[in-house]
This record gives sequence, C-alpha cells and structure tokens, in this order.
Amino acid sequence: MDAFFDVLLAVLGGAIRVGTPFLFVSLGECLTEKSGRINLGLEGVLVFSAMAGFGGAYLSGSPWLGVLAAGCSGALLALIHGLVCSLPRVNDIAMGIALMLLGAGLAFYLGKPLIQPQAPQIPSIALGGFSASGAVQAALKINALFPIGVLLAVAMGWAFANTRWGLLVRMAGDSADAARALGNSVNGIRIAATTAGGFIAGLGGASLSLHYPGSWNEGLSSGQGLIAVALVIFARWSPVRCLGAALLFGGAGALGPALQGVGVSGYYHLFNAVPYALTLAILVSTCSPKRSIRGAPLELGVSR
Amino acid sequence: MNRQPWHDAAEAVLLPLLALAGALLMFGLWVSLGGHDPVQACTLLFTGAFGDAFSWQNTLQRSAPLMLTALCVALPARAGLTIIGGEGALVLGGLACAGLPYVVHLPGNGVGMSILLLAAALAGAAWIALAGALRQYRGVNETISSLLLGYIAIALFKHVVEGPMRDPASLNKPSTLPLDEALRIGSIGSWDVHWGLAFGVVLCLASALWLGRSTHGFATRVVGGNARAARLVGLPAHRLIVTACALGGAAAGLAGGIEVAAVHTAANASLIAGLGYAGILVSFVARHNPLAVIPVAILFGGFGAAGSLLQRRMGLPDASVQVLLGFAFVLILAGEALRGRLLPFPFLAMRPLLRAKPA
Repeated sequence: MDAFFDVLLAVLGGAIRVGTPFLFVSLGECLTEKSGRINLGLEGVLVFSAMAGFGGAYLSGSPWLGVLAAGCSGALLALIHGLVCSLPRVNDIAMGIALMLLGAGLAFYLGKPLIQPQAPQIPSIALGGFSASGAVQAALKINALFPIGVLLAVAMGWAFANTRWGLLVRMAGDSADAARALGNSVNGIRIAATTAGGFIAGLGGASLSLHYPGSWNEGLSSGQGLIAVALVIFARWSPVRCLGAALLFGGAGALGPALQGVGVSGYYHLFNAVPYALTLAILVSTCSPKRSIRGAPLELGVSR
Repeated sequence: MNRQPWHDAAEAVLLPLLALAGALLMFGLWVSLGGHDPVQACTLLFTGAFGDAFSWQNTLQRSAPLMLTALCVALPARAGLTIIGGEGALVLGGLACAGLPYVVHLPGNGVGMSILLLAAALAGAAWIALAGALRQYRGVNETISSLLLGYIAIALFKHVVEGPMRDPASLNKPSTLPLDEALRIGSIGSWDVHWGLAFGVVLCLASALWLGRSTHGFATRVVGGNARAARLVGLPAHRLIVTACALGGAAAGLAGGIEVAAVHTAANASLIAGLGYAGILVSFVARHNPLAVIPVAILFGGFGAAGSLLQRRMGLPDASVQVLLGFAFVLILAGEALRGRLLPFPFLAMRPLLRAKPA
C-alpha cells in the first residue's frame, strides 16, 4: 500500500514536472493550428530552443535570460516554417518534417560544447510546505514556468474568444476566403501565429534543459513536440483543455520512472511508451472518417 | 510563355540539383561562421563519399537501407499518404529477423535466409499497413499515427532486446543471440558491400515497374492523385491504399532484416540509427519516384560516409551532416514553389511567384 502511495505521489508530481514542456508545446501548436497551419517541426523547435536556453543561461548566468533566449530561438525557427509554408505549393506537413531534422541538427551542432557544463536552473516553487513528509514536499516542488503556462493557457482561451487578434487568427484558420475578403493577409496572420507559437514552444524547451531533466544532451526530447500535435487534437483546439491534456500526458510519462522507483523495473521501456500508446488510442477513439473532428479549424489539413 | 514538354522533365532534374547546390552553399556558410574552411568541408564531403574505392564501398553499404526506407515513404506517397514511421517498421523487421531463430529452427542455407527476410518484411508491412488502415477506416491522420507507431515499435524493440530475448553474453550492449553464421548475408563478390544493395536496387526497379507498368500500380496512382475521382470510377481506394502502405512497410522491414543479417548479426541498439528518418528525406528529394530513389540514396549515403571524415579532419561536430541534410530538405520543399516557373524564362519566372496566391 505504501508503494502504491509512493507511485501515486510520484505520478502527481511528475504530471507537473513532465507535463510543463507538454503544456508549452501544445499551446504553441494550438496557436499555430488555430491559424490554419500545422507545425510538425515543433519537435525541432523544442530541441533547438532547449539548447539555446541552456546556452543562454550558461553564458549569462541568469536562467531567465536563458528562457528568453529559448523563446526567441524557437520563434526564429518557427518563422522559417511560416515563411516557407507561405510559398505556393509547399506542404506544411513535409516542411514540418524538414524543420524537425534541421532544428535537431543545428541544436546538436551548436550544443556539442554544452553537454558537460552546468547552467543555472529555473527556480522551483515549493507548494508542499503544509506536509511534514519529505516525499510530499519533493513531489510538490513545481517548475516556476508552470504557473506562467497556466496563466498563458487561460489568457489564450480568453483571447481567442474576445480579442480582435484572437478572432483574426481563428478566421484565418476557419476560412481563408473570408479573411481575404475582409482585406486581411492570410499568410501574414499565419506567419505571425506560427512565430508566436514557436516562441511559446521555445519556453517548453527551456523547461526541459533548465528545470527537468535540467541539462542539455542529445536525447533530451523524445518526441514531445510531436505528441503535442496529437495533444492539441485531444484537447480539441482549446488552450484550457490543453492544460488538462498536458497534465494527463505528464502523468503518463512519469509512470515509468515512478514504478522503477519502487522496484518495478522490468517494463521500463514499455511504460515509457505509454504516452505514445495513449495518444494513438485517443486519436483512434476521437477521429472519424465521415466528419472532421469537432472544434477543428476548417482550413487545417490534418482534420480533413 | 510557350512551355515545351521537355521543360517538365528538365525541371524535375534541375530543381533538386539547384536545391542541393543551395544547401551546400548554406552549409559552407554555416561552417565558415564557426571558423572552418567551407571549401575544405565541401571537398571532404565528396572525397569522403566518392573519393576512392574504399569510400565508394562505404557509401554503397550505407545507401542500401536508405533505398528501402525511402520506398516506405515513396510508395504510400504515390497512393496519397504521408508516412513517416519507417524507423518503426525497420526496427521491427530487424527484431523479427533476429527473433525468428528463437522460435523455429531454420535450415542454414538460402531457404532459411529467405524465411528470415520474409519475416522481417512481413513485420514491417503489418506495422505500416496498420497506419494506412487507421487512416482509411478510422480517419486517423497517418503522418502522426505512423510516427507514434514508430515510437511504440522502438520501445517494444528495446524492451524485448534488453529483456526476454537478451543474450546473457552481451554485457555492455544488450543484444539478442547472434544469428547463425550460415544465415548471415555475405558480401557481393570481393567487394566490401553486402547483398542488401542488390535488394535495394532491385526493389526500387520493381516498384517503378509496378507503379508505371501494372494496372494495379496505375490504380494506386489514380487514388493518390484524386481519391474522390478514383471512388467515382469504382476503384477500391481503401484496399489500394492499405496495400501501398504494406508494400512500403515491407521494404522498410526488409531494410531492418538486412541490417541485422548483414551488418550487426544481432538485434541491438545500433539498429536505431535514424535510417528510417533519412529515408523520408531521400524520398522527398526523389519526388517519390522509385527510380530516382537509387541515385539520391547513393548521394545521401555518401554524405553519411563523409561525416566521419569531416569529424576527423576538421573537428566538426558529428551533427554537421544532419545540418546539411536539414538545409537540403528545407530548400527542396521551398523549391517546389518554382515548379512550372523555372523554365523557359527563369528571370521572368520570379514575377508570377511574387504575385502568387497561396494554394
């Protein structure tokens, strides 16, 4: 029973720890997809910005400058995606695959000297003060970026419904013709949304390299950027639901290490595959060949 | 502008070449930013790939699996699907090849070897066909599902190799039991290139024949071109698409089986080397044309072979080739925008491009 409680606690703590990068990447992807484009390259953005964030924090000595560097480098890479996809006849899914390769390549190339050193970390917020148990306190030490992500999710949800910018993004995503008829540049909106989405995803990269696991190496991201695409589908393109989905996936990702912590180690790799299997199961159960998914931006290739 | 029929063909060759040249240029710029000599880097890329007999053999050896994993993208693409999970089919193929001797005793001759490779192909085919079937019958986006299936396959592979099928003698690097000598794939004559290359070339040729000369292949291309029109004329779109996925998956599975039977002799982590992902790039550069896959795979196999030379001679990080490939991929895709506009007047061609409406 004790072991069960330990696992539960580790999964809860892990849901926030592992889920924070998921949250940022899925918010970035959500913004991009709302404007009618899909960015599979956020995987590359995540790796590249994790490297840039780590490098920025290492060189400047301040974790928050590192976070800024991560966001800006993510925006830069996403800007390339936005620009190239605006050319006629460029497939955004193929371009995403290319960006995945390019982002990882650039990150590994530039990040070679960063594998050894230690960078200043993003501080933790201790929420477990009420409990005397060390395990509870350890589990409730949360990433300072997490509350920012929660606020961002709520703000994005509000902005999509209530601000001119939010409505513009949604219009570009739901009907390019309508946006054009109203005199807006569809490509301009999409490039802006993709770039901003890259910035948000870059914060997720900073969370990877500057908080948990908290170092830079080439195996840092294992498909979080791609899972985010499925996660946005699961959240049916609502930023607030992205928050719940990210926590769910964080918890699933924390299951393997948590079980290993109590001595169940034979199935380590299989438990690590739980988020992927979960994503697939969600896609199979929510998709249908007869209609597009509820809530999907109508211009989006993935939902047609 | 009066467009001649040969303009299309010339563009099909010219555009990828221009993109590759642009990628080399950007790569040169990139390494010179780091204080390295760009000319030396580009020269080393080609001497390391095609400079002498040794590098040619290394290049061809590396290009064999790339041809097969590229088919895993190209064949579904001709049926209209973007499959990027070739890596998963490859590792499962390798696992099937290494795992079959655990279950049945195989004769130590050509028959046994064929059974092994068949098992590898079947494993890969089932995996990619699943992604195709999910898309056709459940509406799940095949790009995402194939990639997720790939991650699941790699987890399964690691679990089995480090757990139930682990050879107790493999201490530092968990592996399955090595394949029997008689079941391994040897070299072609006196070359240091294994027979996998022949499999790659023959399967690319066979795929081109299938797509270009057979009714079934033609029907597949019709489905890929316009699925609704295909249904209107009564083509079984679901079956054709799933078949194309299965054929592509079989090629990637075979690649895994050949890597195990000819190179690694057992299934272990060396198999997970990104060959499936490199195949995506090869297929896109070849515009999903199986005949073009052969030279493109050789070129990219060559870049892979030259990577270690760049590392040794110039002290460049081992990811430099990946940077080059990333530039190449982006430029190849961006080059699509010039299709139909490059010829016959390249200078006038820029104007409609700038005015163009998005598709």
